[in-house]
Formats: sequence, structure tokens, C-alpha cells
Amino acid sequence: MDPHRKRRLRLVVALSAAVLLAGALIYTSFSAATQASTPSDLLASAEPGRSYELTGKVVADSVGKDGDKLTFRVRDRDGTASVPVTYEGVVPDPFREGREVIVSGSLQGRTFVAERDSLITKCPSKFTKDDTST
Amino acid sequence: MASLGSACLAVGLLTAAYAATASLYGARTGDRRAVVSGRRAIYCLAGLLIAATVVLQSAFLRTDLSYRLVAEGSSTDTPTFYKLTAMWATQEGSLLLWALLMSIFSSAVLFLTRRSLREIAPYATAVLAGVAGFFLLLMVAWENPFATLAVVPTEGAGLNPLLRHPAMMIHPPMLYTGYVGFSIPFAFAIGALITRRTGADWIRATRRFALIAWTFLGAGILLGALWSYSELGWGGYWAWDPVENASLMPWLVGTAFIHSIMVQEKRGMLKVWNVSLVIATFVLALLGTFLVRSGILDSIHAFGASTIGKQFLAFIAVVVVGSAWLVVSRLDSLRTTARLDSLMSREAFFLVNNLVLVGLCVVILWGTFFPLISEAMTGEEASVGPPWFDRVTTPLALVLVALAAIGPALPWRRATRLGLARAFRIPLAVAAVTLVALVAFTAAPDSPTSLAMFCLVALVLAVVVRELARGAAARRTITGDPWPRALAQLVARNRRRYGGYLVHAGIALLLLGVAASSAFMEQRDVRASPGESFRAGGYDITYERPTAAIGRDPAGTGAPISFGAVLTARRGDDVQTLRPARNFFPSRDPSTGAIGRFFEGEATSEVDVRWGLRRDLWAAIRPDIAELEPAIREANAKFADSSGDVQALVIAAIVERYRNDSPPAAFRVIDSPLVSWIWIGGAIVLLGALIALWPSPDARLRRVTSVYAARLGKELSRA
Amino acid sequence: MEYALAVILLLALVAAVVARPLVLGVGDDTGESSTHEELAAAKEAKYREIRDARLDLEMGKLTPEHHRTIERELRAEAIEILRRLDVVEGKAPPA
Repeated sequence: MDPHRKRRLRLVVALSAAVLLAGALIYTSFSAATQASTPSDLLASAEPGRSYELTGKVVADSVGKDGDKLTFRVRDRDGTASVPVTYEGVVPDPFREGREVIVSGSLQGRTFVAERDSLITKCPSKFTKDDTST
Repeated sequence: MASLGSACLAVGLLTAAYAATASLYGARTGDRRAVVSGRRAIYCLAGLLIAATVVLQSAFLRTDLSYRLVAEGSSTDTPTFYKLTAMWATQEGSLLLWALLMSIFSSAVLFLTRRSLREIAPYATAVLAGVAGFFLLLMVAWENPFATLAVVPTEGAGLNPLLRHPAMMIHPPMLYTGYVGFSIPFAFAIGALITRRTGADWIRATRRFALIAWTFLGAGILLGALWSYSELGWGGYWAWDPVENASLMPWLVGTAFIHSIMVQEKRGMLKVWNVSLVIATFVLALLGTFLVRSGILDSIHAFGASTIGKQFLAFIAVVVVGSAWLVVSRLDSLRTTARLDSLMSREAFFLVNNLVLVGLCVVILWGTFFPLISEAMTGEEASVGPPWFDRVTTPLALVLVALAAIGPALPWRRATRLGLARAFRIPLAVAAVTLVALVAFTAAPDSPTSLAMFCLVALVLAVVVRELARGAAARRTITGDPWPRALAQLVARNRRRYGGYLVHAGIALLLLGVAASSAFMEQRDVRASPGESFRAGGYDITYERPTAAIGRDPAGTGAPISFGAVLTARRGDDVQTLRPARNFFPSRDPSTGAIGRFFEGEATSEVDVRWGLRRDLWAAIRPDIAELEPAIREANAKFADSSGDVQALVIAAIVERYRNDSPPAAFRVIDSPLVSWIWIGGAIVLLGALIALWPSPDARLRRVTSVYAARLGKELSRA
Repeated sequence: MEYALAVILLLALVAAVVARPLVLGVGDDTGESSTHEELAAAKEAKYREIRDARLDLEMGKLTPEHHRTIERELRAEAIEILRRLDVVEGKAPPA
């Protein structure tokens, strides 16, 4: 095979591989993704049993224990709509009332049941104007 | 003094502007005096920023609370080490750090190239001045590190307890050294493109900086992982968090760059690819800095909308568009006639390696920005988690290790079938034996991807060992030296090659640790009372007794109160003691009560790890202080106005309560195999990089000769 | 007031440093010409290639005949570079 055709063939193979891999990437990411939502989104339009990533602030005085599980309420960042959450697993060190959290799980009945170890608490803001120094 | 600092920054901005203008003027008109003047301006910039940093650090050291940064990020009771490192825990301080490193590195490279790269250096100076100027502008206009407070507080907020860990405090300077380091080859690439001098000159001058940057960036990433493992309470070292990914992406593309510049140096190929790669690396470094500070992605570090996000985005856009335009308009001068001779050659493998690395970076970029992508495409914001990342990166990582095994055994240009057979006979045998042994004697087959990784790691190590052995043997036939000397001479005379092989070996060991610990770790979450025992992995763990300490924090973080446990772990004859604890830092919120505030502030997990070559035993505790709350409330009411000494006694009494009458605490214990090899592998990578970086003696000789030639020329011209 | 004073002082310092070459000129300007540099770099790179090829032979990655072919190519390329270097250095007329 003359070198020109060899190079053309290599290019075609490489491009096809790239297209295939890109397709695989897009497919797997959309099928594995969990939708992010705020408490008001959840209250308005959540499908029961479907996995969501809930983001919001921990409501003051809402943190409690239910046996081994941690319970708290999450509200909209700027709002009052809130959702009760039941959580099992590692609680990150910065977790406390008023902090922003991200937790994955699904709505079961009226409660958001979280996946184990999925709680993430954002570091207290040091990088914004509204400092919440402790 | 604060005004001195501010003045340094303002004058610095003007100096950077002058440097860019003078260099560009000198480049266009050929006036060497302007070029030299511009270069000196960069030296001045370094001086100004060093002065500014000294002013700020001395404020931290004296805990001068009139500085807003000191009041927000430090306190009189913060340990000295953390006072010095608090600077880059803040937005403003980290911008200053970036600018400082930028000016120092720029000065270094311009000094080293002052007699060479006549056409390119002025443009590179202008680019470097422009980048430094951007960071200075951010500080002068929006985020001044030297802002002072009208009302000086009596005590500062203290450094965030989570950051009080040595690894976490060296992590930002290392990362920034990496990011800034990559700006040097970027600037010279831009200069090369503008002047159409796209030969290997710009690479030769900046290769070392690229390698140094790569090393520091890698070390920074590894330190971040180490911090996560030994400081946070979840027991993992990598969570595919956007901020982690932000530092990994430039490192991956930087790795590709380091490999492909070798191809351009040897064969003159891949010119377009190389300039594109270095531009991409720098853009990703800027993106990494931007991601941590902009709040556009939900992550542990994203702090909600920040004030400089838009500016960063604008700057990145300018860099991307400008560079892309330059590359496209210079495509004709980037063409080469050299072609790949054969697919079985080192060049070809470097190219494939590049594609895999860039592919990895693209995949991670996709996943990191997926919330924005999915919102744009479907209107719903969705995100992908660690399982997805693991799933898509594992196959690419496996291919990468395979390439790292095969590449070193290939010669340049083309390999012959006989040469290949000879090169791989033994390594393949070693890998096969490893496979059989693992299948027969261990649980490795339970995880096919780990099994594949283990065998490939064995292959890499075998290839590296073989290269060293055969090279030393070849030297011995010539010089008759004993083995150690032959080996040392071999490595010393071929530092780039063997340093590189050592890096491959280190990466292989690192991935070995990653594969083994992710697939085979055993984790146990339990609630246990003192005296209870439970099983975790291969260990029998007994909660011997609770511990409570005041003012004697063994980790050196300055925490006043520490509740923990003593655990004994038994595995056959091996008995270990673990002392996990939780440190409580006082809150500054007066509503929690005079006594209560000591229990309601930030709390950090002090993890205890028994490191080992074969396995790590990791334990964290979350003590239950709910039962102390009635006592705390009572104390708040009774002793709110008492003196400090009385309050201290009351707190000591409450703390003692915990020790004597302890409720069950929540424990997480992890038994994970081969984790230490991640850090060991990392150290070997560092060693390999150092070897590859070390200048060879003949290079030094050549530079001396050219200095003499310069002197001769000068003397001749005067005569 | 302090701030303005500091700015003026620092500006003066910087100006002194950067004005020096403008005022005094760069008389001792003996760097290499860039073509010379490029060729010198190409020469070093070519030498390194020859050394690497020899190392590959010693390691058994290349057969002796294979190595002979490669070394012949590399030597020819090196000689061309050396010749062009001589031209630039003025030691030989351009061919």
C-alpha cells in the first residue's frame, strides 16, 4: 500500500475510533447523570424514586438523630421551601446549620432519602463578600 | 506598611504594562535597548512582588489585625506555621502568590535566555508581563490583599481548622508553581508563533521549566490526595470533585506535552500539535485557578458567586481566541515534511500516548462541566458522580500503563521484529507469571480491571528493570566497571532517558496502589461503646476507652478540646493501637454561649492511620456529645459572666464527663491494601523527574564556552 | 499620603533600573545570531540521536545492520548541519 493511502487509512481509523468513543462518552454520561435540584424544584416536580442531587442550605434547628440516621431539613438558598432529609453515612466536618450542602438520593413519600456517604458540605465561604466566619 | 504593600502592587501593574510595551516596541523596531529595558522591568516586578509578600507575611507573623486578611484568616492562637501559610488560604493572598511566582519564574527564564532567542524573547516577555499584569489588575482593582479595617478587632477568625495540616498548606504553592511554570513554555510558544520561528528553539529553552512545572503540579495533586486521605473523615484520596479535576487536567495535558516535545526535538514533527498542547495546558491551568474561585460548579470548594469570576473568564477567552488565531495564521510555518516511518517506533507510541492522555483530559473535562453541558443541551442541570468517572477513566488508564510498558523498549524511527521479540521476551514472561500467581493465590480475579492493572504494572517494572540491567551490562563490556558504578554511570550519562523510565515505574506503582485500594478495601461503619469489639476487614477491633484532652492537641493544630478513643486492632499476632480523635475549635458566634461556644465551633476529624507496605489500617471517630448538652446549657447560664479561669475549670469538668461516662461513638474503620504504594510511587516519580532535570556536565561546559566567546567578541569589538 | 509617597518612591526606583539600558545603550551586545543558535541546537540534537542509536544497538533493540543504516542517515544529516554552521560562522563559503 503506498504511503499516502496508508496515512489516509490511519486517519480514517483514528477518526472513527474518536467518533465511537465520543458517542460512548455522551451516552454513558447522560444515562448515569443525576439531576440537580433545589428543594422547591423537588417539591414541585420530583418523580418518586428517581435519583436527584439536592442542593440547598441546612435549616436552622432542624438537625436531629433518628437512631443511626441523621435527619435535617434542606431549604432553598434564597427562600423558605424546604425538604426533610434522612441520611446515613459519613458526615463531613464542616456540616452544620446554615451551611450549603449537596446530597444525592430520592424522594420517598415526603422525605428525601439520601444515598449513603453522598453528603457534601461546602467549605464555609472564605472567598466571597458575605463572610460567615465562625 | 499596608500602603507600602498596596503601592508595590500598583507600581507593579505599571511596571508590567511598561515591560510589555517596551518589549513589543523593541521587537518591532529592532531596538535592543528597549528589549533589555523591558526585561529589567520584569526583574523589577519580581522585586516589587517579593517586597509586597514580605510586607503581608510580616503582618501575618505579628498578627496585625488591622489587615483584613489577617483578621479573617488568622488569629493570635494560630500556630506559627499556619500563620505563614494562611496567606494563600485567602482569595487575595493566592492571587499575590500567583503573581509572585509568575514574576520570579519569568525573571529566571529571561535571565537564562538573555543572550539567546533574540527574536522570540521580547514577545515572550510581553506575554509573561501580560499574564502577571492580569493578576495584578485583579488585586489592584478588586481584591487587594492589603485592605485594612477601620475598626481593628481584638482577635482574628483563625485559620480554617480543616486546613491545619502540613500537606494542605504546601499544596497551593506547589499547584501554583505548576500552573505558573507552564506559562513559560506557553509564552515562548506564542513568541515562536508570532515570529514564525517554530523550530525547536522555544522548546529547548523552556523544556526544563515545563518539566519543573509538571513535577510541582504532580506533587501538589498528590499532596491534596494525601490530605484528603489523612485529614478528612471519609477515608478516600480522590473524589473526582471539580477542584481536584481542575488540577489533574493541566497535568495530563502537560504530560502529553513533555512526551511530544521529544518527538519534535528528534524528528521535527508534531509542531502544530506541540504549540496547541502547550496553549491547552496553560488555558487549563488558568481554568483550574478560575474553577476554584468562581462558583460556577457545585463542589466542596466552590463558594458561590465570587467577584472575579467574570474577569477570569474574559481573560481565558482572550487567551484562547488569540492563541487559536495565531496558530491558524501560522499553520504554513508549522508544516513539516517528516512523516512517521512506522507504527512500531517510539514516535508512534508517543503519539498514541498523547492521544490517550488528551482523551483522558477530554473525558474528565466533559464530566466536570457536565452540569453546564446538560443544562445547555436539555435544560436540566444534571451531574455525573465518581462511579461514572471511574468507569470511563479506568480503560484509558490501563491503555496508558500498557503504552508506558512498551514505549521504553522501542527504538526511534522503526523497530524490527527480532528486536521487539528480544526486548519483550522476559517482561512478558514476568507479566504472565504474575497473572498466574495472582489468579492462583489471591483474590485478585474478583476484580478483572485490577487484575489487568496488576499484570501491566508488572510488565512496566520488568521493562524498566531490563532496560537498566542491559544498559549497565553494555557499559560493563566497554568499561569493565563493577555493576553499581556501571549502573550509576549509565543513568548519569542518559539522565533524560533513565529519569523518564524511573517516572514510568513510579506511575505504575502509584496506579498499583490505586487499583488495589479501590477494588479491595474493606470498610466498616459502626457505633460502639467502650469495651465493645467489632470486625473490620481482616482485623478484630476493640474500643478500649474514650480519651478527652484539653489544650494538648497532638496534631499541632491548636485545638483546645479533643475527644477521641483508643482502639486496639488485632490481626493474627499483629496488634496495633489506633487513636482517632475529633478536635473542637471554639466558635466566634456569641449566641452559642460562653461555655457552649467551645463545643459548637468547627470540628475536624483527626484520623489515625497505621501505614504499611501491604495494607493500611485507617480509623476515624465521630464522638457523640449530645449527652453533654444539658450540662453545657446549664454551664452557659451559670457561668456566662465568670472569669476565664473559672470557665476553663467548668469546661475541663464537662470534658472529663465525656471521658468517664461516654456514650457510644460512631467509628469508620478501613482496611485497604497497598495504599502506601500510591505515595511511594509518587516519591519515585519525583526522583525520576529530578534525575531527568539535572543538567548534564557537557551542557555546563558548553555554556561556559559560549560565555568566553561572548567576552572575546566584546573585547574584539572594542579594539 | 503614605501611599502616594510609597508609589512615587517605588516608581523612581523602577524607572532608574529600566532606564539604564535606554540611557547607556547595550554596547556589550554579543549574543549569538539566531540562525547560529538554531544550527547549534540542531547539532546537539543530532549528536544525541546518534548516541541514542548507539545505546539502542548496545541494548539489543536494533540489529547491527539496522543500526548501520540509521547511523549512516544520521551522520549525513549531522555533516550537513556542521557545514551550514561553518557557513554561518564564516569559515566556509556557501556552497
